Amino acid sequence: MPPKGRIVVNDLYCKGCELCVAACPQEVMGLDMSRITTKGYHPATLIKEGCTGCGVCAVVCPEAAITVYREVVRPRVAAAA
Amino acid sequence: MTLADMETLVYARPASLTEMPTHYCPGCTHGVAHRLIAEVIDEMNLRERTIGVASVGCSVFAYNYFDFDWVQAPHGRAPAMATGIKRVLPDRLVITYQGDGDMASIGMGEVVHAAARGENITVFFINNANYGMTGGQMAPTTLPGQKTTTSPHGRDVETQGYPVRAAELISTLEGASYVVRRSLHDPKNIRLAKKAIRLALETQVRGLGFSMVELLSICPTNWGMTPVQSLKWLEEHMIPYFPLGDYKVHPAVAEIKV
Ligand SMILES: Cc1ncc(C[n+]2csc(CCOP(=O)(O)OP(=O)(O)O)c2C)c(N)n1
Ligand code: SF4
Ligand code: SF4
Ligand code: SF4
Repeated sequence: MPPKGRIVVNDLYCKGCELCVAACPQEVMGLDMSRITTKGYHPATLIKEGCTGCGVCAVVCPEAAITVYREVVRPRVAAAA
Repeated sequence: MTLADMETLVYARPASLTEMPTHYCPGCTHGVAHRLIAEVIDEMNLRERTIGVASVGCSVFAYNYFDFDWVQAPHGRAPAMATGIKRVLPDRLVITYQGDGDMASIGMGEVVHAAARGENITVFFINNANYGMTGGQMAPTTLPGQKTTTSPHGRDVETQGYPVRAAELISTLEGASYVVRRSLHDPKNIRLAKKAIRLALETQVRGLGFSMVELLSICPTNWGMTPVQSLKWLEEHMIPYFPLGDYKVHPAVAEIKV
């Protein structure tokens, strides 16, 4: 199973440039056409399941708008052996 | 069986950036360059010791976006101002942040002599092949045949000359210790750019002399393309003319392990 992750895009900074959308290796990002930021942009968001928390979107984001989290998968003691 | 019970933070906005949204156009990689510099200054724990010298160009308001001390130099004069600051306050990390119009045109003299003197400062040189702020005029870095507002039929090298390869030029100077060119067009190259920024700042911290990182950057607004198209244009047109690589790495810099 690939790791599970999630991102939070800060509307204050996001300008809907789509660089993250183009770079996401899982192709799970898109612009949220149902919302508009105070600056007038459609912000980026996760549009489907499958984010691995790889952080590539944050590497390309010019606005440092993305926070990335990844689930920590802790193996059971017995299974780890 | 696995038990997923916690989350780890993979990436968060660096502390060396303020909470102010930038005025840059959507997708402009000035923002990526800012972010990388801020990340490295965080990682080196140098925020309290850093002084930035902003230039004239789209990045003129850099002082609003970085959470450390800045001054703003007259057009092209950032390396001269940085020289003064560093000589008076040698314990500070002094950086300049300059566009190609600023550094490679009006300010060519300042940067060349700062490098020749081996000033212990770091120059971040953003090459986006035009004058962004003033409306996309031809810069010394504009490619042969490239259309800009002042070369509407494409840069004609017969009358307008050839582009300046700044990293190669500066690398010939004895006082320059670390001179490289990187690009901001994809995740791999952005990571390599960050490593170069780190090495440039390590060069200064160790007192090893002048360092410069040239970063190929996009200007979607004046290039008349989307940000994603601009990244492709950079890769296909700029990199062949401005090859990525290390142009000068002093042996003492080559030994630095980070
Ligand atoms: C002495 C002087 N001459 C000309 C200008 C006009 N001017 C402002 S920014 C600029 C060039 C900016 O281009 P660049 O350095 O490439 O930065 P960019 O905006 O592309 O990031 C020029 C010529 C000025 N402000 N001052
Ligand atoms: S790269 Fe950053 S600014 Fe651009 S759309 Fe994605 S989150 Fe928004
Ligand atoms: S963390 Fe990786 S998988 Fe998740 S949205 Fe960002 S780029 Fe895509
Ligand atoms: S004009 Fe060009 S360099 Fe200036 S902010 Fe816009 S895209 Fe960036």
